[in-house]
Amino acid sequence: MRRIFVVAFLVVLVAVLVFLGLNALGLLPEQAAAQAEPIDWLLNLELMVISFLFALIIVPLVYSLVAFRRKPGETGDGEHVEGNTRLEIGWTVIPLIIVLIFAYLGAENLGRVRRADPQAMQVQVTGYQWGWQFKYPQYGIRSQELYLPVNEQVLFKMESTDVIHSFWVPEFRVKQDLVPGRVTEVRITPSRVGRYTLMCSELCGTQHAYMNAPVVVVSRAEFDAWVAERQAAAAAAAASGPDAARGEEKYLMYCKACHSIDGSKGVGPTWRGLLGEQVVLTDGTTFIADEAYILRSIKEPASQVVAGYPPMAFNAEAVGLTDADLADIVEFIKTLK
Amino acid sequence: MKKFLSTGLMRGLAFQILGTLAGAGFVTLIRFLMGLKIWGWDKTTYGFTEPAWVFGGLVGVLSFLYGTRVLDDWLKWAAGKETHERHEDPPGWVKFFGPSLDHKVIGIQYTVTSLILLSVGGLFALIFRTELAASGLQFLDPDLYNTLMSLHGIVMIVSILLGIAGVMNYLVPMMIGAADMTFPRLNAFSFWIAVPAAVLLLSSLALGGFDTGWTGYPPLSARAPLGMQMFFLGVFVAGWSSILGALNLLATVLRLRARGMTAFRMPIFVWAAVATSIISLTATQLIGLSFQLVMFQRLFGMGFFDPAKGGNPIIFQHLFWFYSHPAVYVFVLPGLGIISELLPVFARKPLFGYKWVAMSSLGIALVGFLVWAHHMFTSGMNEYLRVPFMYSTLLVAVPTGVKFFSWVATLWGGKIETPTPMMFVLAGLVVFLLGGLSGPPNATVSTDLHLHDTYFIVGHFHDTMFGGYVFPFFAALYYWFPKATGKKLNEKLGHWHFWLMTSGMLVLTLWMMRVGLLGMRRRIADYDPALGFDLSHLVMTVAAFAIALSVLIFFVNVYTSLRKGQAATGNVWNSRSPEWQVPSPMPAHNYEKEFRVVGEPYDYGLPGSAYVKFED
Repeated sequence: MRRIFVVAFLVVLVAVLVFLGLNALGLLPEQAAAQAEPIDWLLNLELMVISFLFALIIVPLVYSLVAFRRKPGETGDGEHVEGNTRLEIGWTVIPLIIVLIFAYLGAENLGRVRRADPQAMQVQVTGYQWGWQFKYPQYGIRSQELYLPVNEQVLFKMESTDVIHSFWVPEFRVKQDLVPGRVTEVRITPSRVGRYTLMCSELCGTQHAYMNAPVVVVSRAEFDAWVAERQAAAAAAAASGPDAARGEEKYLMYCKACHSIDGSKGVGPTWRGLLGEQVVLTDGTTFIADEAYILRSIKEPASQVVAGYPPMAFNAEAVGLTDADLADIVEFIKTLK
Repeated sequence: MKKFLSTGLMRGLAFQILGTLAGAGFVTLIRFLMGLKIWGWDKTTYGFTEPAWVFGGLVGVLSFLYGTRVLDDWLKWAAGKETHERHEDPPGWVKFFGPSLDHKVIGIQYTVTSLILLSVGGLFALIFRTELAASGLQFLDPDLYNTLMSLHGIVMIVSILLGIAGVMNYLVPMMIGAADMTFPRLNAFSFWIAVPAAVLLLSSLALGGFDTGWTGYPPLSARAPLGMQMFFLGVFVAGWSSILGALNLLATVLRLRARGMTAFRMPIFVWAAVATSIISLTATQLIGLSFQLVMFQRLFGMGFFDPAKGGNPIIFQHLFWFYSHPAVYVFVLPGLGIISELLPVFARKPLFGYKWVAMSSLGIALVGFLVWAHHMFTSGMNEYLRVPFMYSTLLVAVPTGVKFFSWVATLWGGKIETPTPMMFVLAGLVVFLLGGLSGPPNATVSTDLHLHDTYFIVGHFHDTMFGGYVFPFFAALYYWFPKATGKKLNEKLGHWHFWLMTSGMLVLTLWMMRVGLLGMRRRIADYDPALGFDLSHLVMTVAAFAIALSVLIFFVNVYTSLRKGQAATGNVWNSRSPEWQVPSPMPAHNYEKEFRVVGEPYDYGLPGSAYVKFED
């Protein structure tokens, strides 16, 4: 009996130490969304139970190894105890109850995470190999950076143009896949001003590791200023002609993952010296690259695949590139001698 | 050398190469006659076109089987000829390289193949683990990283399947007092079909690799390089090995038990083997099917999972996980059975609550069929399905808990000895506990939204795989090595193996969980240095090398112990199990005299009791 009390005391001690130790480590990134609160609360509760169960198994295990170790020269066997039905029922039923409590808590917690605000601002997210595009239908603008006003719920409507991607900002906690052929949704209420990183968390091919986008959470006033600036820039771009500097910006956002501008071979052909160069397609056709060829290559990449490169499914329209953008990009390519 | 080149294995490999070329040539000829493209060089055409390679791969497998002569008896029967009921194996090492009908030889063939694949899969992991030691790309390009990461996964899975098949094949007939498995020819076939499957899987490395991970989700897998198809075909073929092996094992346990061996007097490992085999027999078809559908989508343009043709990528995930979750229990149940089998021997006490432990294996196997969608909480499947799957997943904790409590109660009050096999059993118990305890946060949906697809999951399942399979597997190797060879493995080297592997494993997986919680995604070739994970990855890489070194020590131990190990032909561990009541190694067809079960298997500490009595 004395042994049982010693072990019980040690179990409590070890459980408390493990739990405090884990908490002292700082296990999670900072909380930057309202959804993170219930999630972290549940995780913390689970950590408590995990610490206890860990101690409940490890302490008697280690205790047994010390106290019931065979002494040198000792012979004979241990006590002949075949089992104890009451104990077995106990450690079946009690865990069952705990498990059901956690399942209930988990469902309730999920409900809190999914709580919807009917006034939520909508942002349309498009994932593609390998980048992100955000459209704000309410304001008629689009961006490669995700600007969000603080303390307002945002409803993300997400689509993929090619393979499965996944939307995750660790500070926001929640994660949702983007599936080709359907629209998936996730609601997030940023709760803390700052800069974060959106990461694709579903393996999506060669450049998966780099499929990130900046996330900027700002006050409502700053958000409105940003919207006005984007609207003005879009209007100015529409008014002026093609511009190589804007083309370079687009290149860095949309094209860089596959096309180099220094002559090195990427997933697709390099753009250096592309205009005026001889092109050989997989079907053997040979011609000199001109503007019309480049535009058609961007819009319908499968219609003319360059020999030695795989056919890709870049979808300029789906990621939000307009004809004016394409003209900018061609203008930029012209500067790459 | 000449003797080696004429073994079944080498003949089979030669036939596989010729068969592959013949099959590919045949398709190429047809394509030529139809005026289709027959030759080229891009990511889906390595010389031969994709359809030619796939058909060639299939013909290669059949040719391999023909070449090894494992089909000979069946072909003779089909032609109306008679064969011997039993075949004697040639003396010496040659028997391990050709088809044998002896379950002990087949068990060793499985185990050795498993260890080879374990080394190959481990080597892949070391390569990309070294790449990850610092942020930025050092020496791998992202495509090769993805291929190595994907191959590490599937090679390890096949290694585990062969490892458990090896242990079950070797032990179950001995433990139940049978001369062999019920269907010895099917048993040999099950092993030999796994060999060309492994060759196919590894061949993907030379054919462009594949960048999907072992999960092979479309649409990514529908547009991956040619290596993808070799992966699909390899898994499809390996599945046959699993299904037929499980069928054979169930038939053996049902039909060939010794007199008096009622269900609750079987050694506990046999219960685990039965539970595992029920899953393998009934679920493996689903992974083969799901991969076959993607294979056909690529070859014939069938749009099963292609949204442009009305297909649905999420259906694939359901089909895939319907096998691949229960598969996890296929991997761990035999290991947990080994823990339950060895603890009483080294604690010198009966297994606490034998019936509860036996039933918990079946409980895990059955509940395991109802939890698959917990891999899909973020996938975009119907949102309301997530809650019922959370309930079913958490339920797995109940039978698993029964095992843990019973194990601890077995140790309590014993007279515990800790030679190397017992050390591995204890490490398996502790590491599996960590794997189990890190499970519930993935099971509750809201917390999983954060943890899914991060290193937390990677740490979690490496703990379950190491605790549930690797440590018990090595425990079994140390424990039954004398049975198979008549020599004991060196204890000192065993201790080195143990301490390096255990400490490496704990550091590696706990650190994985930590960076995962902080925001480290899984399956990425590179990570942002701004995340501050460089030092953590360096530590994990060092730990991985410690594990690799420990396995190397194990191989050295096997080699030296085989040559000049301490002779051990008797009941080395003082066990009550029937296989230890006769001298080691055992002859073909096992027991010279049949035995009758006269008592409980684990009545340690009950004076005058016996488990089995040999007939006079």
